[in-house]
Amino acid sequence: MSARSTKVNQADIPVADQHHFKWTDVLVQVGLVLWAIICLFPVYWMFTFSLKSNEEIFGANVMGLPQKWLWENYSRALNVGNMGQYFLNSLIVTVVSIVFVLIASIMATYAMTRLQWKGRKKMNSFFMLGLTIPIHAAIVPLYTTLSRLSMLNTYWALIIPYAAFSLSMGILISIGFMGDIPYDLDEAAFLDGCGVWGIFFRVIVPLMLPAVSTIGIYTFLQCWNELMFATVFISKEAYKTLPVGIQGLSGQYTTEWGPIGAALAMATIPMLVVYIFLSKQIQESFIAGAVKG
Amino acid sequence: MHRPFSYKLNIFLFLLPALILFIGILIAPIVMSAYYSLTEWNGLGTPAFIGFKNYVELFTSKSINITRALKNAMLLALLSVCIQLPFSLLLALTLSRHVKGERWYLAIYFMPVLISSVVIGQLWIKIYNPEYGALNMFLRSIGLDSWTRIWLGDKNVAFGACLVPILWQYVGYHMLLMYAGIKGMPADLNEAAMLDGCTPAQVSWYITIPYIRPILRVSVIFAVTGSLKSFDMIYVLTNGGPNHATELPSTLMINLLFLRNRYGMGSTIAVMLIVLCFFFAMLINFMFKEEK
Repeated sequence: MSARSTKVNQADIPVADQHHFKWTDVLVQVGLVLWAIICLFPVYWMFTFSLKSNEEIFGANVMGLPQKWLWENYSRALNVGNMGQYFLNSLIVTVVSIVFVLIASIMATYAMTRLQWKGRKKMNSFFMLGLTIPIHAAIVPLYTTLSRLSMLNTYWALIIPYAAFSLSMGILISIGFMGDIPYDLDEAAFLDGCGVWGIFFRVIVPLMLPAVSTIGIYTFLQCWNELMFATVFISKEAYKTLPVGIQGLSGQYTTEWGPIGAALAMATIPMLVVYIFLSKQIQESFIAGAVKG
Repeated sequence: MHRPFSYKLNIFLFLLPALILFIGILIAPIVMSAYYSLTEWNGLGTPAFIGFKNYVELFTSKSINITRALKNAMLLALLSVCIQLPFSLLLALTLSRHVKGERWYLAIYFMPVLISSVVIGQLWIKIYNPEYGALNMFLRSIGLDSWTRIWLGDKNVAFGACLVPILWQYVGYHMLLMYAGIKGMPADLNEAAMLDGCTPAQVSWYITIPYIRPILRVSVIFAVTGSLKSFDMIYVLTNGGPNHATELPSTLMINLLFLRNRYGMGSTIAVMLIVLCFFFAMLINFMFKEEK
């Protein structure tokens, strides 16, 4: 570790003197721009070839903006490629999973932080085990059980596992937020005649809205791009999520780059739009996920 | 607070949804996986108990060849720790020094993390396309025809070609963690060192990097266990081919399950992966403690 870090450090020296030598400043910017181009290039290339004909993609105009903007590629991806269905499926699976995670984690957090009972600490550590369990651990039993219950190729086949595997993080995030709610509020509500459930619904839940957005974003990111469960549990067109759907399309239409590019772009745009509006929250939910991971 | 008769019942009711999900989907399947790993089972009928035979076969069978999959995973882990992480740290250190456009760079570098591996994989398949792909076209255009390859179809270069997008995609993730750690440092720590005459490079080396040590530990753990568990990108790019050259433990597991209906052996690989992940996480924790 140390030898490598030294190298990193030396390469860093030019940045150090940025106030004295302007040219090092320029050098740093050139490096940063270069890496930005490397990060953006595949996405740029995807958007341009999604609007091109094969002639342009394969020779006439490989890298440039499309000469003729072929929006038909997008309508083909929608109509022939079934992208609308995949999008809807991803949305249903993700949204319901988020709702499950929210309900289960906020309720459990309430029981473990606001209610007094022996063993609540142990129960918390038990749930935190989930942070380290890889999804590989569950795939065979889940597959065979779902198949026995005839639940493969249903939304539930994805919703329930997704919710379960996001639950530990949901609880971890809820505990942080619920700790910030003053106990005085519980006591006041109790004196006003609220029971355990009254306090939960009238005091805690309304004050947990910031946690809802953090947990929601975290779960969304976990579910939206998930591939392993989705390929294994879903084979019917009608229930494929976006990652499985576009993987199938790309295998089926290997020579039609334009419409495939359009399908890839359509799968990416929603995430990019969300990222543009919520970049700060998204970055923070990733950081929250790593602190205890 | 006084406790009504139904207090315990309420605690139970509040915990119930989480317990059902957690025990039903995480805990019970792990126990079942451990049991299946000791059985021969084609998915129909009842699993036949065979003791540790699967484990013996896993490490001796030439046709499964777990060694190659593990070697590939370890190579990925090694490159991830030796190239991806230092590069991410360099980016994080640079960006955290109030570079012009800091927020923009941060947002752009992190973006690939959010894009589906399927999308990124499909794009790289097209970049690597032997005839029309951007890479070979570029090589031809600068006269390096002899460097062109069937990138994902040549067993000598395929795994190398797969490593590039895998490592590239998550640079932004590690950078973000380290950047957040650096930004969380108390400002007076740096200032004091600067007043003492440290150069900014010395500050990074003696103050910043030791300060974000816990985050570096998390990054190393994620890089290593993530490499062991890695699945999406290889599944999309080559699905373990050509001729199993790019196989990883996860792709091997999925193929054993669904191409050969070997549910017992698939579980054996799953159990091995869990054990390896825990082992490496503990080893890395231990190493970070020892160095102190």
